[in-house]
Amino acid sequence: MSQQNNWPLWEVFVRSSRGLSHVHAGSLHAPDAQMAVRNARDLYTRRNEGVSLWVVKSSDIISSDPDEKDSFFESPQGKDYRHATYYKASEGVKHL
Amino acid sequence: MAPSAPQEPGLSAVPSYEEEQSQARFDALIDRDARVEPRDWMPEPYRKTLTRQVSQHAHSEIIGMQPEANWITRAPSLKRKSILMAKVQDEAGHGLYLYSAAETLGTSRDELNDQLLTGRAKYSSIFNYPARSWADMGAIGWLVDGAAIANQVPLCRASYGPYGRAMVRICKEESFHQRQGFEILLALSRGTEAQKKMAQDAINRFYEPSLMMFGPPDDQSPNSQQSMAWNIKRFSNDELRQRFVGMIAEQVKVLGMTLPDPELHYDEVKKQWIHKDLNWDEFMNVIKGNGPANSQRLERRREAHREGAWVREAATAYAAKQAQSEVA
Amino acid sequence: MKHEELDAALDSFGDALASATRVTPGNALRPEDIAVDGVAPSDEVAQYALTLGDDSLILAQRLAHWISRAPELEEDVALGNIALDILGHARSFLTYAGLAWDKSEDDLAYWREEEEFTSLWIVEQPNGHFGVTIMRQLIVSIFQHLLYQKLVSSADETLAAIAAKAVKEVDYHRDHAIQWTIRLGQGTEESAEKMRHALDILWPYVDEMFRDEAVHQRLEGIAVLPSTLRDAWQEEITAVLTDAGLQIPSTGQAMVYGRRGEHSEHLGYVLAEMQVLARKHPGASW
Repeated sequence: MSQQNNWPLWEVFVRSSRGLSHVHAGSLHAPDAQMAVRNARDLYTRRNEGVSLWVVKSSDIISSDPDEKDSFFESPQGKDYRHATYYKASEGVKHL
Repeated sequence: MAPSAPQEPGLSAVPSYEEEQSQARFDALIDRDARVEPRDWMPEPYRKTLTRQVSQHAHSEIIGMQPEANWITRAPSLKRKSILMAKVQDEAGHGLYLYSAAETLGTSRDELNDQLLTGRAKYSSIFNYPARSWADMGAIGWLVDGAAIANQVPLCRASYGPYGRAMVRICKEESFHQRQGFEILLALSRGTEAQKKMAQDAINRFYEPSLMMFGPPDDQSPNSQQSMAWNIKRFSNDELRQRFVGMIAEQVKVLGMTLPDPELHYDEVKKQWIHKDLNWDEFMNVIKGNGPANSQRLERRREAHREGAWVREAATAYAAKQAQSEVA
Repeated sequence: MKHEELDAALDSFGDALASATRVTPGNALRPEDIAVDGVAPSDEVAQYALTLGDDSLILAQRLAHWISRAPELEEDVALGNIALDILGHARSFLTYAGLAWDKSEDDLAYWREEEEFTSLWIVEQPNGHFGVTIMRQLIVSIFQHLLYQKLVSSADETLAAIAAKAVKEVDYHRDHAIQWTIRLGQGTEESAEKMRHALDILWPYVDEMFRDEAVHQRLEGIAVLPSTLRDAWQEEITAVLTDAGLQIPSTGQAMVYGRRGEHSEHLGYVLAEMQVLARKHPGASW
C-alpha cells in the first residue's frame, strides 16, 4: 500500500567540541547529501551536542568482515612489547 | 553500522559446523555480558525478537506524538506550548533513533513503516486512549513517560549495541519529559477547583493503563524469559511494575492527589506493593485494535504518509537529476 | 535507582558515546530574562515589538500544526525546530512589549481580541499542503532575516539583543525553505505545479510586509523601516525562484492591513483554538 520512500540511509557523525573526533551518533534518511546534513543538524544536535557534523551514505561504508574477526584482529594480541607497561626494568626512573 | 542482510534460516534441522561455531561465539558474547553488533552473526530468533521489540518501541514513540500534539495549539501558556512542542518533537527524534537501530538488524524503515500503516505492527496500547484534557499532558508526562523511563533505563544495557546506544540517548533526553508532566499536575493541583478536578480525572484515567505498560504478569509472559536470557531485558515485567508503583505512590502525595486504587499498599511481609487487579481483558482488546483511538491514530499516520508522497517523490527525483548532471 | 542505572549504562559505553550525547542548555537571551531584567520600553517601542511578536506567534501556531503530520519523520523534527525558534522570538518580543503595560506574554497572547492583533496576513494564511507552507516560509523567512539583520543595530538594546539571537535562527529557516523550494520546484511536474499554485495564492500578501506604518516612522533608529527591505528581498527571492524553475506570478497585491487590526477570516479560528483553554479558566496559573 505504501509509496516507496527510496530516500537513502545516511550515517551521522558528530564532533561534540573542538579537539575531539567525530563520533558516530546514528543514522537517518534523506533524499540527498545537502538535506542529510540538515536533517542531521535537526535530529542529532537539538541540545548543543555538536560543533561539526559528517554524513556518509551508509552504503559507502566499507567495514571489516566480522567472520574474519579472529584472524583480522589476532596479530596485535600478545605483542605486549608495543605498550609502555611491558618495560619493567626502567620502572621508577624519573621522566621515562 | 550498515544494515546487513538477514541471515537465511538454516535449511536443515541439523546445524552445520559453521553455524555451531557462530552460535558458540554468540553465546560467549552473551555470557560475558558483551554487546552484539550489527554485522555479528546472531541466531535468527534473537534478530526477530529484537526487530519486533525495537520497531514496536519506535512505532510507540511516533504514535505517542499524537495525543500530545493534540494540545500544542491549545496549550494554556506560551511557556507550556514551547515545552510541549519540544517534547513532541523529541518523540519524533526518539522514533528515528529507534528506527535507525532497527534498520541495522536488516529491515528497512519503509518496511517497518508499512507494517505500522497496515496494522501488522503493534505499539504501546496506552496511546490508543484519547487525550481529553490539558491535565492529560501532565498525566502522560508523569505516568506514561515515568513508566516508559522505568522500562527504558535498564534497556540502556541491552545486549544489542545499537539498541542500547539509542536508549542511552533517549533516556538522557527524556529526563525532562517526566518532570514537565509532573509540574503540569503540580500547577493544576495548586490551582482552582476546576483545575484540581481536571488533574485528578487525568490521573484516574492514566493510572491503570500506565501500570499495564510493563506488560502482562511474569507468569503470563512467556517471551520474557528468553529476552532476559539474551540480556535484552534485565528485569521482569513485575519487577519493573513494582518499582514504578512504589515511586508514584510517594510522588502522588506531593501533588495532594490520589491514585485510583484503594487496595494499593506495601506488604511488609511479602516485601512488595499490592495493587488492584489490572484489567488485562481491556488491555488485550486495545492491543487487538479496539481501543477508543486506534483507528484515529493509524489514520493520522496513513494520511501523513499519503499526503507526503508527492514531496518524497519530488525530492527523490531532484536527487536523481542532480546525480545525473554530476555524471554528465 | 534510575540515575545510578543510567550512569552504569553510560559507563559501559565509554567516553565516545558520552561525547556524542553530551548536552548543554547553551546560553542565549530567554524571554524569562527579559521578564525579570528587562527595562520597560516606551509605549511606542512596545507597539513595535508587538507587531514583531504577533507575526511570530501566529506563524509558530501555524507551523506547530505540522508536528506529527509532516511528509517524513525527519521533517517533523525540522519543522518542529523552526516552530520552536519562532515561538521563542514571539515570546521575547511579547514579553518585552508587555513590560510597557504591566502585562505578561500570556496576557498579550491569550487575552487580546482579534482586532488588537497586529499580525501580517501572510503569516495567517493556512498551511495548505507542504508546498504552501514551504512557500510561506520562504517569503517570510527571507523577510525576517533581512529585518533582524538590521534590527541588530537598533538603538533599543533589548530589540537588538532579541534580533541578535533570532537572526541566526531565521537564517537557518531561510535555508530550509530555500532547499525545499528548489527540490519541489525542480522535482516532478506535480511538485512544480503545486509550488506554482502556492506562489499564486500567497503572492498577494507580499506587499503588506513592506508597508511603512506610523509606528515605524516615529521610531527612527529603533524600528526597521519595512520599505527599506524590499529591494534586497525581491532580489533574493527572485534568485531562489529562478533556481527552482519558478517565476514570480503576475498576481496583483491585496489591499490588506493586518498591522491595523484588520485581519483575514483565518485569524479568528487560529485565535479561537489558541485561546480557548486559557479563557475557560480566567485567572488560573498553569
